[in-house]
Amino acid sequence: MSKDSIRAKLGHDTIKVDDQKHIKVKQEVCRSCEEKYCLYVCPAQVYVLNKQGEIELDLDACLECGTCRIACVKKSVDWNYPRGGFGIQLKFG
Amino acid sequence: MEKFEVIVVGGGLAGLSAAYTLAKEGVEVLLIERGDFSGAKNVTGGRLYLNPVRSLLPELWAEAPLERYVGQETITIMGEAASVSIKLSSESFRNEPRHSYTILRSKFDQWFAERAAEAGAMLVTKQKVDDLIWEDGKVAGIVSGEDRIQANVVVAADGIMSLTTERAHLREEQKPRDFAVGIKEIIELPAKTIEERFNLGDGEGAAQMFMGSLTKGMFGGGFLYTNRESLSLGLVVGVADLMAKKPPVEAPELLEEFKSSKEIAPLIRGGETVEYSAHVIGEGGYKATPRLYSDGILVTGDAAGLNLNTGITVRGMEFAIASGVFAARTIKLAKEANDFSRTSLAHYQELMQDSFVLKDMRTFRDAPSFLENPRLFSLYPQVVCETLEKLMTIGEGPKGKLSSTAMREIRRKLGWSWLNELRGALKI
Repeated sequence: MSKDSIRAKLGHDTIKVDDQKHIKVKQEVCRSCEEKYCLYVCPAQVYVLNKQGEIELDLDACLECGTCRIACVKKSVDWNYPRGGFGIQLKFG
Repeated sequence: MEKFEVIVVGGGLAGLSAAYTLAKEGVEVLLIERGDFSGAKNVTGGRLYLNPVRSLLPELWAEAPLERYVGQETITIMGEAASVSIKLSSESFRNEPRHSYTILRSKFDQWFAERAAEAGAMLVTKQKVDDLIWEDGKVAGIVSGEDRIQANVVVAADGIMSLTTERAHLREEQKPRDFAVGIKEIIELPAKTIEERFNLGDGEGAAQMFMGSLTKGMFGGGFLYTNRESLSLGLVVGVADLMAKKPPVEAPELLEEFKSSKEIAPLIRGGETVEYSAHVIGEGGYKATPRLYSDGILVTGDAAGLNLNTGITVRGMEFAIASGVFAARTIKLAKEANDFSRTSLAHYQELMQDSFVLKDMRTFRDAPSFLENPRLFSLYPQVVCETLEKLMTIGEGPKGKLSSTAMREIRRKLGWSWLNELRGALKI
């Protein structure tokens, strides 16, 4: 699915972006990970493979669902919620 | 250091039920919610079964901002090029007291938080719990940023990903097989359009479940719930199956395809998407539940893995509410005995075991392994659709007997292995 169409959907949400990263990955683990499940299990496509072959995180799109933490069986994902008062604020839920 | 009798981590249904009940009982309680308000982080498919919890919070429901009572239930089995729907339109579901209601959590939880505050609970929002305080190997409070706050009991109500439960060493590592991801859109439509489109009376709602080709053979399914002036439309797919899928399928793409299907497109026509959300869902059932209590701590709701999917009903919210109330009742007794040790808090486990919560979780403990079968999500839906198609088709030539046509279809496409699987289904 194109990044634009995901972005369009996320445009309906209120996400208060925290300048402190709430999710981090260990690049050396990701580099040796063949499957890179994070690239397609994430409902918001937070995980992106850059030209250098590194995983980049678009955390301003994060829905805080937890899927990446469950799916990263290589334990590269260091996962937490954004700080209080940051991140998604659902109007409907 | 500041101290409260009880600290509740998380202001969703479990946490609010605990805080509300405690406050009503005169117990001093602080609830900490990381969102801007209760409900800001909470996602549900969309429906609350009220019967199990009505009497636990009797004064709450008359004014509660619920969406529509569900009077119609539809299960749709989707094949590649056909679908079969079974619809239950129930007079008994339409009569008071109503059986279940669609719900929007952001609205409901904010309202519930106001009721808890009125009852005397202290609610703090925009604050996240970062760690637990330990004293002599017992949980003795929480750490949030610079603040350290002590408590006799901490109630973990911080959802399916509960880091509190993990920090208290009460939960084993979470495995992909025990989880699904739910992806959902809220689609706005006028109330009148919803009622006409779904053939609903005033205030009446519909609940629809979908299984089959929409998840491409993976564990999961779709859902549609009618709210007052919107639809909750979404899809759930097993995390382990999504990981194993070759070639890979993007989770959000599944929802797009579902939305454009013949079964869904006409229902959402003209509607405007106003929210996109997602959340992990527990699918492991009874065997995936963590330990529910220890010294100075109780685990409730999703944090306690209280989700139950039987294939035709998906539940969680009423377990969350009940567990919060039972946690509060346990703490009230512990306070009277001035004993917050695990021996005293074990009463919570008893209350849960004696109630529908753990009884239902146990009754349906075989459902998760039964639902792991990929044939349920590809082959069987396809065969159901094709068989019915054959039975209803009038061709050019003479038509075979219905019974032999059906038997031939089933034997040719399924062999006899389905009999074996029927045995599995009979356990549920």
